Amino acid sequence: MEELVWLIPALPLLGFALLVVGGRRLGEPHAGLLATAMMAGSFAASVAVFIGLLGRDAENRFYELTLFEWIPAGDFSVDVGFLADPLSVTMTLFITGVGTLIHLFAVGYMHGDPKFSKFFVYLNLFAFSMLMLVLGDNLLITFLGWEGVGACSYLLISFWFDEEANATAGKKAFVTNRVGDWGFMVAIFLAFFTFGSINYGDMFSGANGMAASTATAITVLLLVGAAGKSAQFPLYLWLPDAMAGPTPVSAFIHAATMVTSGVYLLTRMNPIIAEASSWAPNLIAWVGLFTALFAASIAVAQNDIKKVLAYSTVSQLGFMFVAVGSGVYVAAIFHMITHAFFKALLFLGAGSVIHGMHHEQDMRRYGGLAKVMPITAATMVLGWLAIAGVPPFSGFWSKDEILLGAYQDNPTMWALLLVAAILTAFYMSRAIFLTFFGARRWDAEIDGEAPDHPVQPHESPITMWLPLVALAGLGVVGGVLNLPFTGSTKRLEHWLEPSLFGNEQLITETTATKWVLAIVAIVAGAVGIVVAFVVYVKKRVDASTIEQPILAEGWGYDLAVSDFMGGPGRKGFEGVTWFDRRIIDGAVNGAAGLVRSGGSLLGRLQTGYVRSSAAGIGLGAVALLVYFLSRTTL
Amino acid sequence: MTPVVAEASFAVIPALVLVPLVGAVVVALLPRAMAMLAKPLAVMFSSTAAAITVWILVEFDKADPGMQFVSSQSWIDALGISWSAGIDGISLFLVVLTGVLFPLAMVAVDPGHDHKAYYAWLLVLQGGCLGVFVALDLFMFFVFFEIVLVPMYFLIGKWGHGAREYAATKFFLYTMLGSALMLVGIIALVALHARATGGDITFDLVELAETQAVATNTARWIFVSFAVAFAVKVPIFPLHTWLPDAHTEAPTAGSVILAGVMLKLGTYGFLRLGLYLFPEAAVWAAPVMITLGVIGIIYGAIVATMQKDLKRLVAYSSVAHLGFIVLGTFALNTEGIEGGVAQMINHGISTGALFLLVGWMYERLHTRQIAEMGGLQQSAPIFAGVFTVVMLSSIGLPGLNGFVGEFLTLLGAFNAHRWWAVVAATGVILAALYLLWAYQRAFHGRPRGDHAEMTELGMVESLVIIPFLVAIVFLGVYPKPMLERIEPAVDSLVAHIETHVPDFAEPVANQGGGGGFDDIEVEEHEGEAE
Repeated sequence: MEELVWLIPALPLLGFALLVVGGRRLGEPHAGLLATAMMAGSFAASVAVFIGLLGRDAENRFYELTLFEWIPAGDFSVDVGFLADPLSVTMTLFITGVGTLIHLFAVGYMHGDPKFSKFFVYLNLFAFSMLMLVLGDNLLITFLGWEGVGACSYLLISFWFDEEANATAGKKAFVTNRVGDWGFMVAIFLAFFTFGSINYGDMFSGANGMAASTATAITVLLLVGAAGKSAQFPLYLWLPDAMAGPTPVSAFIHAATMVTSGVYLLTRMNPIIAEASSWAPNLIAWVGLFTALFAASIAVAQNDIKKVLAYSTVSQLGFMFVAVGSGVYVAAIFHMITHAFFKALLFLGAGSVIHGMHHEQDMRRYGGLAKVMPITAATMVLGWLAIAGVPPFSGFWSKDEILLGAYQDNPTMWALLLVAAILTAFYMSRAIFLTFFGARRWDAEIDGEAPDHPVQPHESPITMWLPLVALAGLGVVGGVLNLPFTGSTKRLEHWLEPSLFGNEQLITETTATKWVLAIVAIVAGAVGIVVAFVVYVKKRVDASTIEQPILAEGWGYDLAVSDFMGGPGRKGFEGVTWFDRRIIDGAVNGAAGLVRSGGSLLGRLQTGYVRSSAAGIGLGAVALLVYFLSRTTL
Repeated sequence: MTPVVAEASFAVIPALVLVPLVGAVVVALLPRAMAMLAKPLAVMFSSTAAAITVWILVEFDKADPGMQFVSSQSWIDALGISWSAGIDGISLFLVVLTGVLFPLAMVAVDPGHDHKAYYAWLLVLQGGCLGVFVALDLFMFFVFFEIVLVPMYFLIGKWGHGAREYAATKFFLYTMLGSALMLVGIIALVALHARATGGDITFDLVELAETQAVATNTARWIFVSFAVAFAVKVPIFPLHTWLPDAHTEAPTAGSVILAGVMLKLGTYGFLRLGLYLFPEAAVWAAPVMITLGVIGIIYGAIVATMQKDLKRLVAYSSVAHLGFIVLGTFALNTEGIEGGVAQMINHGISTGALFLLVGWMYERLHTRQIAEMGGLQQSAPIFAGVFTVVMLSSIGLPGLNGFVGEFLTLLGAFNAHRWWAVVAATGVILAALYLLWAYQRAFHGRPRGDHAEMTELGMVESLVIIPFLVAIVFLGVYPKPMLERIEPAVDSLVAHIETHVPDFAEPVANQGGGGGFDDIEVEEHEGEAE
């Protein structure tokens, strides 16, 4: 059934086309339901391809389907072609699965929006691009999807464009992503230069024994690209701002799918990374580690519930980069999947809360919502336990594997990552306590301002809570994908094995070490939760001692960058523009002026007409010609 | 006079060039009382030319690397000047673009006054541009190359905006200065060639190129004289400052044609004359040209970012986009040159469409100042949607047309001059910056001021813009039909350079290739239990 692979992206594309033509006529809710149905169909196709691959021997689980030749030029040729292998099918399964649920949620969330159908136009186009990204059988189709998701992300972040901030956030996302895309593009050039092809199969069969320097360069360039899309330091800046988009967008694009493409790309290119000098994967790991810590520390002091989740996403993506850099790709993909479950859940839960609170996003005006929004509260609590690393919820298993891989690679890295894990448990507990428990602060004054209007929170409709329940279920049991007990419970590891070409670092630690590390991880999660409980429920410690302004402002990095762009950067651009007007064009006008004043000395020649100037040019040309011909010899 | 060679069943190229020129005469001679017929007549003549170009496209043999539809006719025998014309893969799509863009531009906007003269000049311009693209005789090339200046001068000067006379004069004198140098070069080449071969004087492009009779050093000098003329036309930094003025002050149709067709006269000249006539000099000059191309990409984008006038911003974006063409051309390999040709077409489509849209915005708002706009997407969502698609095409989003040429030029340049390509690729970041920022200020935010409302696209406007959108998507998704027609001619040009330049070999990628997934050795590792 592998030959159905083309259907996976084709269905969302069809949905996009149908909605462009007739979305407005379909109206609410049918436009949304159509889009959801397309995603569900895409999911069904993914399952079919999955079953098809399962029926093959492990080493034969590569199915390539070429639709047509895309860009042929000279020695370069690239097809619109798909590669269905364990890695890409794993990606499509969770993208379409989670995507369907989020589409359904959005039908409720976007209720009453005048641009209801347009929202689903973009959402389906995004899904199409994302699926192209993971299914492409060469770097350029992946790049097509890569840029496509960036453009859709831009359109969706600035969806409510009449707010200046939303429009700015969309632009910022696109431009920052493009910085990363530069790296990706140059990596493509270098790959083509090296292998004469950018088809994954061709590259991987040529990778063995390639020059380490080339492999290193490609790896680092891909890291630049991945850091842009997956919001790693120093390019993470756009993601917190991207929360300006409607919440289903945040859940789908900026948590579950698009931001994981960097991790996917690096995992896909594992045969190249394997040939690189060891500092290149180390760099990936340290970038991830720094980002994980950095973003987690910022999340601690955010008041906007979506900002907490945004920084949390940045931080969790950092965990995945650590895994990739440590060579434990399975752990990276495993965490990517569980993260998609629980982070999509947390975002949608936040969306449900925001919906119920009449678009209030400040947690200082929440509190005690568990009573009025029981389903949302219950599901979000499950998501919280998953991300905090409490066993047996899904996040525990995947995070534990990353920690294990990091420990084997470098114990210092493990220790630092453990700190990030403690922070994770802390800031998520803080968000949950502030939102669902404690006193009701619904009309609290913040900085002397009361809410615009009194709120009466309410539970969300079924289209919204049904996806929450489904995701909560997945977030709870997601760990079964890859339980570490025996070889046969490591399902994901076995399944992904063919796509990793033996480049997965095997864990050689003793069982005792593994137990100790797991227990330490559990304790770390517990510490984070307990501290948050002490601060925000028992209120033994004043919260302001933890929520330092420097953290709330993201260590001032964002501000520094925007100050630079608005200050010296802009000055530089203005300088170039001044140079263009005054110097370059000034020289032209100056020369013209000289000619004119020279002309007025010879008053009779000065007629002011183009034809006389043209005649002058002609005469000059003839003179030049005579000179030229007299001087040149053969 | 008898035709020397006539491959086509009828003299299709003379017909193609003559139809608009005859049309110009007819329109110009219209009695004043029938002036309202000027537009329909002009569109009819122009569309006839368009139809002929489409016929050529259909009949074109994609496997043939040489000139097709050749028409040759002696003209001024004593001086070895002939009417010699033909179309190959390099000129094919430029001819089609010229054919189709003109009638669309004529329909799209009304000049407001002096309709007769306006449409007559546009027809002259179309005939002239077509003449340049088909010319295979240096004299003929030069004549057409010069002819096009006149109608554009009047179009800007008479139907333009603001400082239109300044802009028109600057445009005319600047390009004229370059052309004068080229004329010197042409005559020098022809004379020296005749002296070297001892034969008759000839202006025949193929003969001049294939014999390569002129000494290396002299050829370099002559190449420089051509290069300056083309560099002004492209324009290449630092000879570009006529462009923002001309583009901005020109009437909408003038800007569309300037960007869509006339800038390509320069890049096309580099390919058809520069590389073909002077292969050694082209190899010699390539580092300088590539450097200037890269500067154009970055510099044009930076200056575009800071523009306050939307039309001027689009004009500067052309400087950046044309830089990619220069870069690809002087990469001197198939990928680069083919990408350059594709970029010529794609820039014509995207920037042509952008100028149309900006022109329509000006008609509605009576301003081009970005600061005076805002929230336009609110009142005109479809207009905004069309603008977004065209903008994304101009930014070079894969899947839309702009990407194909940009990518191939960079790829080709990377194989030839790696670090320049790395720098040039940063242009993609800047392209996103200036266009998205402008879009945000004009279309996003809340509607405000006197320009809060903008009417949607009308019927005619929609019909005009749809072909652009179709081309943008089609050439982005399936550029193969275009590329495979361009390639044979480019291959033969590269082979020509390799033949005539002893030490030169096309800069290509390593030919690793590979056998796909079947060839990969999967290192087995033992599962821990099983």
